[in-house]
Amino acid sequence: MSAALVLEGIRKSFGPNEVLKGIDLSVAAHEVVCLIGASGSGKSTLLRCTNLVEPIDAGRVVVEGEEITASGVNADRVRRRIGIVYQSFNLFPHMTVLRNITLAPREALKMDRKTAEDHAVSLLERFGLADRKDEYPDRLSGGQQQRVAIVRALAMRPSIMLLDEVTSALDPELVAEVLSVIRELAREGMTMLIATHEMGFARDIADRVCFLEEGRILEQGPPERIFSSPKNPRTARFLRRIIEAGRL
Amino acid sequence: MTTRGTGPADNLEPSPGRGSKVLGNRAVLVSSASTVLFFAAIALVVALAPGSGLVAERFFSPFHLWQSIRGTPGEPSVLGAFLLNVYIFAISEVFILVLALVIAVVRGIPGPVFFPLRLVAIVYTDVFRGVPLILILYIIGFGVPGLGIAYFSYLSDVTYGIIALVLVYSAYVAEVYRAGIESVHESQNAAARSLGLTRFQSLRFVVLPQAIRRVIPPLLNDFIGLQKDTALVSVLGSIEAARAAQIYGASQFNYASYVVAALLFVLITIPLARFTDRLIARDKRRRQAGGLA
Ligand SMILES: Nc1ncnc2c1ncn2[C@@H]1O[C@H](COP(=O)(O)OP(=O)(O)O)[C@@H](O)[C@H]1O
Ligand SMILES: [Mg+2]
Repeated sequence: MSAALVLEGIRKSFGPNEVLKGIDLSVAAHEVVCLIGASGSGKSTLLRCTNLVEPIDAGRVVVEGEEITASGVNADRVRRRIGIVYQSFNLFPHMTVLRNITLAPREALKMDRKTAEDHAVSLLERFGLADRKDEYPDRLSGGQQQRVAIVRALAMRPSIMLLDEVTSALDPELVAEVLSVIRELAREGMTMLIATHEMGFARDIADRVCFLEEGRILEQGPPERIFSSPKNPRTARFLRRIIEAGRL
Repeated sequence: MTTRGTGPADNLEPSPGRGSKVLGNRAVLVSSASTVLFFAAIALVVALAPGSGLVAERFFSPFHLWQSIRGTPGEPSVLGAFLLNVYIFAISEVFILVLALVIAVVRGIPGPVFFPLRLVAIVYTDVFRGVPLILILYIIGFGVPGLGIAYFSYLSDVTYGIIALVLVYSAYVAEVYRAGIESVHESQNAAARSLGLTRFQSLRFVVLPQAIRRVIPPLLNDFIGLQKDTALVSVLGSIEAARAAQIYGASQFNYASYVVAALLFVLITIPLARFTDRLIARDKRRRQAGGLA
């Protein structure tokens, strides 16, 4: 099985604060990997470093066999192959849903308008949002906005999706609709690297779970094993706290 | 002032029963009465002041008001001259909007390589906001022709005036744009870049449209200032409304021409000012609606 994404020795500091202390991680094609770990453990930073929105200090990022951290690689071109969805949606408020989705395909991929719009509409239909295509983002619920953000990333036909706690900003009753979209993507074989606090969801969907603490991957493995019999005492402690908080 | 008196009463918490209505009626009554009294008092003071007949003759003589509007064989029409103000305003405005945007964008380009460009933009805004407009007018209007440079030293007075206005006002407007650009949250740019858009595409499609929408009211405010400052171009010899009024006043010993020029400036300012108010009110409503959502 070929790796869709390989991270090697990723290091990242913000000033004196070393947030990623050498991350090695490989995601196979069609694999779903969940990153779990306490707030501040470096999950978001890792995802942002993966698509080079955040420059890294050391290490290599390889996407489908191409090292994108090599000098001379155009980062804008790389980002088109990596979809990323943030916790806070970040839809463009001055554009309709349709325009939000077609902007990057049309401007970055130079797709013609009709092709881009047809593709966008078919994606919206798939995720039950077709009737919302002419609305502005502030007229949508949080769950709808986040689903539009996912569609916007998918419209670039990425080879891998990075999801950063995409349900954390949502009211509890809206979480399910977003998670079901992600499940649907997993079923279709989308390669995904997902940072999440939803442990039940991670257990369901992940092929592999990585526990991150203080910028290191302390433990990884299939969800059944990580959640039932963690080897590392720190993983066990983290999961115990989650269970006490009633989130698993 | 006095009509504002109704404001606080309207804003009071609606009290139950008839109480608030009685208060509302009384507020209207009080404000009407005080408005009438206020202006009656002013009229009385003006009418009784020594020399009030002279003021009426020198500033408000119907004959001179009308004659300065029309112009005479010896004196230019103030109204006709005002068209030059409108022309200067219209041309300057277009160039200012473009040049200021370039300056604001250049100032925001990140990276050490572009430090010299950023420095130029910073020095530019500092200099042209710091130096009085009239000095810039002298420097451009009298200095440049004296240099004997091909083409640039042989432009018309009006053109030099427009250049000076564009240079000065672009510095102000660039700062307005910059405030707008900085008010757009960085996460918008991050989202655009994450989709594979270039820095320029993100600026063009995502950041600037939001920034410009937010700064339209302060922008219009600057244009009200520009509209008045077109009068200063007359120091280079152009006969615009203020200068035409001066010519009339000096030869007829009557200042009704100044009143006419003043009224023309006010007349063109009012629609711009009301339009700005409406945009501000609309923005405020939007923000409140957004806050509730
Ligand atoms: N842009 C930034 N500047 C400075 N420090 C940052 C920045 N982004 C993240 N950090 C720091 O990096 C650490 C990891 O943050 P983050 O990656 O957001 O963790 P997580 O997503 O797991 O909660 C935190 O200590 C945070 O304060
Ligand atoms: Mg995070």
